[in-house]
Amino acid sequence: MELLSGADMIARFLQDEGVEYIYGYPGGAALHIYDALFRQDKVKHILVRHEQAATHAADGYARASGKPGVVLVTSGPGATNAVTGIATAYMDSIPMVVLCGQVMSHLIGDDAFQETDIIGVTRPIVKHSFSIKHPTEIPEVLKKAFYLASTGRPGPVVVDIPKDMTAPTERYEYVYPKKVKMRSYNPVARGHTGQIKKAVEMMLKAKRPVFYTGGGVVTGRACEGLTDLVKRLGYPITTTLMGIGAYPQSDRQCLGWLGMHGSYESNMAMHHADLIIAIGARFDDRVTNNTSKFCPTAKIIHVDIDPSSVSKTVRADVPIVGPAASVIDEMISLVQGKEIAHPEALAEWWDKIDGWREERRGKLYEPSKPGEQLKPQEVIEALCEVTRGEAYVTTDVGQHQMFAAQYYKFDKPNRFITSGGLGTMGFGFPAAMGIKQNFPDEQVICVTGEGSFQMMMQELSTCKQFGGGVKIINLNNASLGMVRQWQDLNYKSRHAHSYMESLPDFAKLIEAYGFTALRVETMDELRPALERTFADKHELVFVDVIVDPREHVYPMQVPLGSMRDMLLSKTERT
Amino acid sequence: MRHIISILMENEPGALSRVVGLFSQRNFNIETLNVAPTEDPSLSRLTVTTVGDDRVIEQITKHLNKLIDVIKLVDLTEGNHIERELMLVKVKALGAARDEVKRTVDIFRAQIVDVTPSLYTVQITGDAPKLDAFLQAMGPVGVLEVARTGVSGIARGDKVLSL
Repeated sequence: MELLSGADMIARFLQDEGVEYIYGYPGGAALHIYDALFRQDKVKHILVRHEQAATHAADGYARASGKPGVVLVTSGPGATNAVTGIATAYMDSIPMVVLCGQVMSHLIGDDAFQETDIIGVTRPIVKHSFSIKHPTEIPEVLKKAFYLASTGRPGPVVVDIPKDMTAPTERYEYVYPKKVKMRSYNPVARGHTGQIKKAVEMMLKAKRPVFYTGGGVVTGRACEGLTDLVKRLGYPITTTLMGIGAYPQSDRQCLGWLGMHGSYESNMAMHHADLIIAIGARFDDRVTNNTSKFCPTAKIIHVDIDPSSVSKTVRADVPIVGPAASVIDEMISLVQGKEIAHPEALAEWWDKIDGWREERRGKLYEPSKPGEQLKPQEVIEALCEVTRGEAYVTTDVGQHQMFAAQYYKFDKPNRFITSGGLGTMGFGFPAAMGIKQNFPDEQVICVTGEGSFQMMMQELSTCKQFGGGVKIINLNNASLGMVRQWQDLNYKSRHAHSYMESLPDFAKLIEAYGFTALRVETMDELRPALERTFADKHELVFVDVIVDPREHVYPMQVPLGSMRDMLLSKTERT
Repeated sequence: MRHIISILMENEPGALSRVVGLFSQRNFNIETLNVAPTEDPSLSRLTVTTVGDDRVIEQITKHLNKLIDVIKLVDLTEGNHIERELMLVKVKALGAARDEVKRTVDIFRAQIVDVTPSLYTVQITGDAPKLDAFLQAMGPVGVLEVARTGVSGIARGDKVLSL
């Protein structure tokens, strides 16, 4: 029998759970835990410079690896600083366990120093949360936290740990719980066979089908199955922003991604489809536009692991609650050896889709002419070429995020890493850092803008301390591009606080931390700078690329319209 | 339409706040709420009445089911059920009204459970419309204070909500 203090139990549990990295920041209520981590060397702790970055770094790691990210913060401000990162993970269903120190249990409720009811604060943005009432609960509660975070529809779980629960003087028996059972939590293991059969019948009979797949396919590790199914049927597929890479984008059947800034052909195909096969996607408002005008001629099959996602915004004709992987496998076995009913209709459908593709080919944006400022789109295209589309790409939020998603082509899942649901500026850099530390031999890029980067740039210091050879591509238009775009469209170009005056000299700033900074203003400088950037995988390089601030992201769905109502450029609309 | 949803959940600190929080977070409506431990002290039974169309009610039940602390739930209004609420009312009971209150209490099969020279405290159980009707009948006399438990309910017949 092994006797451990609460703090040692936590360190020991993390080891037994196979956690390699934990992101955090110490403080009074977490000190016993920090001491326990200090006395072991299996779990590596990365000291961030702000707790929000700890959550984003753990989140980036979780998105790239599929395993839960782990965060350790202290009570009060430590915990509240983590809130934005927890909400980010919640909105995108990312597995994460956040351990929060808390004031001693006898002080709870007294407004003690650095006390916050973090369980209350985070209640609407966690999958679940726990408060430790006795040190002996620690192993089981932590096991439950990891189990909940990573099964079913994943999400963040907060564990609140009062300081006296980790007191080094009190020791109790520790046993690693290999398994945990909860009577109130039984995630579905498979979909309803009858419903799946019905769905497959509809799929085989469809004349204008479209697969519409989301992040659930990525987190549900169903990408191979999905690719197999889609290829067997020969149907077009569009993914959500979160689902990018689940199906190879270079394949002819992939129409790109859909929604507000999705591809013309995706949105047109959705609008004209007679069958939508939605898997692991949640009919988010940035996808559907006006739900009352959404896909007027389509029947909808909706596969999701979360019953509350089904028929939430758009009514499903065939709802299937189950994990994407097993449902897709069942679909494949039902499709096997069967022919589609209307091959001629499908050929016609593809003609139509190819027509939409052709309509916009070469017209997506106007490249810069010699002597003009660079266009952000051409920077991303060059970036994709130089890295052969193989890098991990994180983004912040705004125009650069959309450009990265539109012009970097992903053939693999878990590579495009972005805050899709919450839209958190500041996400990209710490997320990239988290990925790089766990996948040191991969190229990891953070595509950002000067607005977003400044929200989390203190993490340069973390990279200096722990290594984090990420490549930061700063699309610098000296404005909050997406805000500015909306102001151009809706507020007669009154740019209320969407410009960035007094930008720092980024080169000097980066160099102050001992890293390499490059500045790019012309096309001639772009390629050599990018080649230089990716020469050494382990070197942090910041590329400040000055781009045209007047550029808008298109296509852009017209508010309150249908999927096909889009602005295609500053002068064209559907 | 009005629905009565009964929930069996873990009798743990924070469980109630998750349920209540869900309603405000998702813009659902709570008309009444009633909660107490069951015969199994590890379980609480919570009954909530809410109003919404089918789509809203479907979302409410799905989101409730998703809460980790919620084990089982039933929408009682989907079938035959018994619905009760208990109300304690202090009413003025002076002069001629004193007899009138007593008569009305008898008509409603309510009980007077406390008496002072100037008022009666009445206990009455029934469904919500009955309680409303009693309050209306007492209106002219003068209702001084009302304490209602919120609706509790149970399905008729063999159906049982248990683990």
